[in-house]
Amino acid sequence: MAAFSGFWVTFKQMFRPRVTTPYPKRKRRKPQRFHGRHVLNRYPDGLEKCIGCELCAGVCPARCIYVRGRENPPGHPVSPGERYGFVYEINMLRCIFCGLCVEACPTEAITMTQLFEMSVTHRDDAIYTRSELLMDADGSVPHPQPASELIDLEELHRADGWMRATAPAGRAAYEGVVAWTPTAGAGLRPAEPAQTEGNIDEEEEA
Amino acid sequence: MSFLEDLFANTFFSGLVKVVVAFALLLVACILLVWMERKIVADMQNRVGPYRAGPWGILQTLADGLKLLFKEQVTPRRVELAMYLLAPILAMVPAFLIFLVIPIGAPFHVGETEVTLQAMDLNVALLFILAMSSIAVYAVVLAGWASGSKYPLLGGVRATAQMISYEAAMGLALVPVVVLASAQVGDGERGLGVMSISKLVEIQDQGFWWKLPGWFVFWLAPSFIIFFIAAIAETNRAPFDLLEAESEIVGGYHTEYSGFRFALFFLAEYINMFNVSAIAATLFLGGWLGPDFGLPAQVAWVMPLFWFFLKTFALLFLFIWIRGTLPRMRYDQLMTFGWKRLIPWSLVWLGIFSFVIAWRHFGALWEWPW
Repeated sequence: MAAFSGFWVTFKQMFRPRVTTPYPKRKRRKPQRFHGRHVLNRYPDGLEKCIGCELCAGVCPARCIYVRGRENPPGHPVSPGERYGFVYEINMLRCIFCGLCVEACPTEAITMTQLFEMSVTHRDDAIYTRSELLMDADGSVPHPQPASELIDLEELHRADGWMRATAPAGRAAYEGVVAWTPTAGAGLRPAEPAQTEGNIDEEEEA
Repeated sequence: MSFLEDLFANTFFSGLVKVVVAFALLLVACILLVWMERKIVADMQNRVGPYRAGPWGILQTLADGLKLLFKEQVTPRRVELAMYLLAPILAMVPAFLIFLVIPIGAPFHVGETEVTLQAMDLNVALLFILAMSSIAVYAVVLAGWASGSKYPLLGGVRATAQMISYEAAMGLALVPVVVLASAQVGDGERGLGVMSISKLVEIQDQGFWWKLPGWFVFWLAPSFIIFFIAAIAETNRAPFDLLEAESEIVGGYHTEYSGFRFALFFLAEYINMFNVSAIAATLFLGGWLGPDFGLPAQVAWVMPLFWFFLKTFALLFLFIWIRGTLPRMRYDQLMTFGWKRLIPWSLVWLGIFSFVIAWRHFGALWEWPW
């Protein structure tokens, strides 16, 4: 009768709770270090963090980032460094959201947010340029699609996840030490609780 | 009322109404069935299944059907065009025809005229069913052959072997039904083969023992089991779905079909599933017979329909349950099981049963006047 014991297994399964979240109706809270779309940050004084070094473009395994650096105009600099990225494009169709660009960035200029609803009806629209990537002086981030049931623009402000992960605060010796620069809108984000026991953020659903 | 009475007395009109109703009913049942299968299998696999189209995703099949209707119908260059176009139709037509001989409810009266809930009451309905299911084999074989590519051909060849072998077991499983029914009809007809399905349902109305109804399944449980197994193979359902084994031969016989032609095959498969369940429910589980709980006549007429569909869908659930549980059989296992197990079993059972019936109803064999 062992051949028939399988029937009981499948029958029991029918009454067990599902783990699936009905996505658009109910959204789960994303992990803090979620890899969503990118954003180019500014300092609180309005200067861009990007210095046009093209390290992100160099490290990108999908080669989806195109950056051109240029000397800051004398008198009214765009970034605090020598140069700034006057062209910055990311092809979101090619991007694999690995976050290596964030890791490579020496000035924390490019970070990832928690927003991933970026569908477009035209391929050209998937190439994000400075106008979509760069945040305004008040810290608000432009997004090609308006807020809707699917798109929660608030998620654009939950940034820096991956940057925090790679910051030295990830080590116990740097616990409580802020290892990043302030950002427009958000200010100086608090130091991340290190991974000492008891500090680990438990995952929970919204 | 007299106008209605006249209308239903008109054979052409009542036949037309019945055929249209049967057609619509089958399509609706099919839509429900596909949804039911997807939901139940999803439940068994701890998934959610369709839930976006309509409440609980009940309109999913409709959406899929509409989508297929508007899709491009690709015709590969190497197909044998006439056969290629004929095959889906050949799959559909017998599927619809089989349903026409199954009574789905008790006959009712419009004035003097008796209206049966069965499009045609053939006196050889059982043979008709077997014949139609044999024609359905041609659809699969033709589709496989006419597609002009290797996987459909493999599916078609498998279909020939599988469906023909299991048809034998299926036919043999139905013989005891005829034997039993012939023994149980009134004295005037005793000994004549009873193959009309409405008659077979009528006969099951007698009691069996204690409070059990006279459903044939109590006498013929082995036949029921053999019939059901053969029916699974006949409708190409898991675990006997070798002719469309996705992991081996892509889609089998319908690999080269797209758009609505594919939908026709798909529809035929589900209608066949519904048909064999309805046949099993009618021949073994008493069809539309069932208690009406003393309900008032205005409501009680629903009960036969209710019992018929309850039994049919219970069997369909069994189909889906088996699909959700058992893995696909190997080809040699399938053939061994069909020829070396099912057919001998049904032959032995037929022999034993016929002997018992002959003993019980026609007296001891040595008293027979031969």
